[in-house]
Amino acid sequence: MPTSAELKQKIEAALPGALVSVEDLTGGGDHFRAEVVSDRFEGLSRIQQHKLVYDVFGADVGGPIHALSIKTSTSGGTQ
Amino acid sequence: MTSTEIREFIEGAIAENPVMLFMKGSPEQPACGFSARTAACLNALGVRYAALDVLPDPRIREELTGLSNWPTVPQLFVKGELVGGCDIVTEMYESGELAELLGAEQPEDAEDAATQSEAPVGNGRVPLENRLDQ
Repeated sequence: MPTSAELKQKIEAALPGALVSVEDLTGGGDHFRAEVVSDRFEGLSRIQQHKLVYDVFGADVGGPIHALSIKTSTSGGTQ
Repeated sequence: MTSTEIREFIEGAIAENPVMLFMKGSPEQPACGFSARTAACLNALGVRYAALDVLPDPRIREELTGLSNWPTVPQLFVKGELVGGCDIVTEMYESGELAELLGAEQPEDAEDAATQSEAPVGNGRVPLENRLDQ
């Protein structure tokens, strides 16, 4: 069962320099919310930003990770 | 129905309906909180949209996620383009971007409306849920 710490580590590894916080919404290890601040998102549409985060987990989202709610922003502000 | 037929049906639905929502359950009876919230944003804006329930056959979701390269449901398509899931749609609703994209009027109490609205649903031209079951 994935933990919020594991999710946080994976996102940080994939997006170096990103500020990441992950919350386990239900405590059940299947519904998470991730807030990610990264300059990698600069110039990308929201859908592209979220895809960068989803791509970290591949088929796990929709599988063991039932739901991953994402909020992305750049250090310059929410986009 | 074969998987190919399902995929073609999904592609057709996205192409034919300017506002196309794939969700769990129906706008009247959403089967998941995320789908409910996404549909509520559209309802609050009073836009007409078509909705397709992905639950009747697991292959609908498989083909949809394969097509859109987006792992979760709901998924909102506007004019053939994937706009996003619940998070993006809610954010865009609250900021007024969704209203702009859909050419709708932003309600004054946008934040409340997204969670409370049970406005009647303007279904699209095609009753998609029914068509796929046949």
